[in-house]
Amino acid sequence: MAIYLDHAATTPIRPEVLEAMLPYLTEHQGNPSSIHASGRRARQGLDEAREEIAHLIGAKPREVVFTASGTEADNLALKGVAWAASARGRHLVTSAVEHKAVLSTTAILERQGFDVTTVGVDRYGRVDPADVAAAITDRTTLVSIQAANNEVGTVQPVADIGAICRERGVAFHIDAVQAAAEAAPTPDAWQATLVSLSGHKLYGPKGIGALHVRQGTGLLPQLNGGSQERQRRAGTENVAAAVGFATAMRLAYAEPADLVPVRDRLIGGLTAMDGVTLTGHPTDRLANSASVVIEGVEGGDLVAALDLEGIEASTGSACTTGSVEPSHVLLAMCFDPHLAHGSLRLTIGRSTTEAEVDRTLEVVATCVARLRGVPGVHPKAVASV
Amino acid sequence: MSRIVAAMSGGVDSSVAAALLAREAGDDEVIGVWMRTHGDLPEGYELSRSCCSPDAADDARRVAQLLNIPFFILNVENEFGARVIDAFVDSYLEGSTPNPCQACNQYIKFDELLKRGLAAYGADAVATGHYARLEHRDGRWRLMRAADADKDQTYFLWVLDQDQLARTRFPLGELTKPRVRAMAAELILPTAHKPESQEICFVPLGDYRTLLDERRGYAGEPGPIVDADGTKLGTHTGYAHYTVGQRHGLGVALGEAVYVREVQPATNTVVIGRREEVAQRSFTVDGARFTAGEPPSERFAASVRIRHRAPDVPAEATMVGRDRFVIETAEPVWAPAPGQAAVLYDADECLGGGRIARSAG
Repeated sequence: MAIYLDHAATTPIRPEVLEAMLPYLTEHQGNPSSIHASGRRARQGLDEAREEIAHLIGAKPREVVFTASGTEADNLALKGVAWAASARGRHLVTSAVEHKAVLSTTAILERQGFDVTTVGVDRYGRVDPADVAAAITDRTTLVSIQAANNEVGTVQPVADIGAICRERGVAFHIDAVQAAAEAAPTPDAWQATLVSLSGHKLYGPKGIGALHVRQGTGLLPQLNGGSQERQRRAGTENVAAAVGFATAMRLAYAEPADLVPVRDRLIGGLTAMDGVTLTGHPTDRLANSASVVIEGVEGGDLVAALDLEGIEASTGSACTTGSVEPSHVLLAMCFDPHLAHGSLRLTIGRSTTEAEVDRTLEVVATCVARLRGVPGVHPKAVASV
Repeated sequence: MSRIVAAMSGGVDSSVAAALLAREAGDDEVIGVWMRTHGDLPEGYELSRSCCSPDAADDARRVAQLLNIPFFILNVENEFGARVIDAFVDSYLEGSTPNPCQACNQYIKFDELLKRGLAAYGADAVATGHYARLEHRDGRWRLMRAADADKDQTYFLWVLDQDQLARTRFPLGELTKPRVRAMAAELILPTAHKPESQEICFVPLGDYRTLLDERRGYAGEPGPIVDADGTKLGTHTGYAHYTVGQRHGLGVALGEAVYVREVQPATNTVVIGRREEVAQRSFTVDGARFTAGEPPSERFAASVRIRHRAPDVPAEATMVGRDRFVIETAEPVWAPAPGQAAVLYDADECLGGGRIARSAG
């Protein structure tokens, strides 16, 4: 059985989640927009899922728009607000360490005539709220900053940025896809206008995300069709996935797991190795995230090597794998591009044990030595363990 | 237990090679690896089909899934750019004919995959879908022509040394192409009916001239087309747009077919001649390598092949220093093109080879 240390990429569905979903994949097969009993039953599941999620994040049910992914939620937030407010201004502010779902979207908006200011980060990957304040002009309509970084785990000061946006009268979008796996997002405390969420990062199903849209926010729908989701996102709702998402979210916060001791054991072991440096903030980071750069290895090669020894890891982001470019996050944090190629992200989960961490550290050390061409480390040294 | 990396291009040959390996692996572990040689196009655009496009990666991945072997992508964009694409362009600029498939085999499929692949995957050997055979006889590895003479690819493999040959497997060596296709169909591999890749994978629409401009800023300057006596017969669009043996696109009418005989970068001149003037009995080869590690002797008989699929002809090779030899053939060979490989054989064994030098003749 492989040791799975890629929980930031996705998490396994909890049995309770699957159980909650199954009726909506079998007997409650109706379309939630239908008039008849089957439809009404499906609608009830959808409505309850929406209420549950709204309740967990302290929002109104009507403020929750279901999407097919966190990426779609980001797209809807950025394009939806940018275009709805485009008569007032065409300037957006974001950061250099956002997920590609945000940065690729702002790049498209740039090509469509919007101006985008991308603020930098410090060496820990943190945005300085003062930089955001300085970037806002009277033409700015939206600021988008993540709650926590998916590659290096750094937590952003979103509440401080929210206060600035509130004061300046600018909408504030938070990508909380990673952060929501650990603690309930708090749109009110963050003073956020929009918050992106995803199901599969918190032991729910893939194929479901949500966008919290504060009441009164102008939003141009990006999928047009029927009147689902209060005309903000057309298309028949994925009822089973929405139910699974809500169940997973409830369980995540009802039974919080303390991952920090296991994470710190992992970080401690990694950084004790030669030429290994922690990336991201040492303390203000996600409880599941151990990310490092390793001198003298190519991250992709190391991840393949680990896989062959039964350890599932990532170079940083499953969404950009296969690219020759080093991580844009590490480059923004001023890592040397050469060193940034040696990125490794290990993200633990609820089931990760100390024994798994110890085994992982042992295998990482052997594979790194082999990749660095250290003499005497036979390729099979690990396989035979 | 050993671990073998199957290089998978997404084509039918390497798919069947991987399948054979996986089927006969026993306790061995087979790992499929696709090498990424180019970057992505801007989002939303389709790439034309070639051996190295993302489509090919999809095909390779599907085959690996069906064979139930792990599959990884090895990124070799930087190495491919420098060792294959830049070398291809520079070859034209120095008046030679590039040999990109051989460069890719040498530097990417063997040097890079062997070196990095073995380190990354902890493997012992690399297997490819080349048509060639290996024999271990009299204390050394021998690179032998494929059983299917029509498909033999030793012309691209002459650079391999003993260390590399020892760590290489060619599962298709004993098979014919029709048999390989039939096996692919029997195994229901999605690649069974893919057409043979012919075009150079990184040259858009087969026009390399735009690449000269893009990579090295060479737009081409018109210059003279002359005959062997120096008489001007026409004008060309830039010397690097021509290669030795080329017949088309010269715009010169002499009442009989004429061919490029020599390309002179220093004077931006293209020399042409009649068919018999382009043939040669003797030429020099440099960058010599021998699969045995050294030449059979200072002067030896061998047959020589100067282009893929051309028949090889009887010749004498005479070493001039360590990595240079002179070839003399009994009959004139047609248009030995500087930059192309001259590969030596002793019956079915490939002895090695080198690159035809510019100072031909």
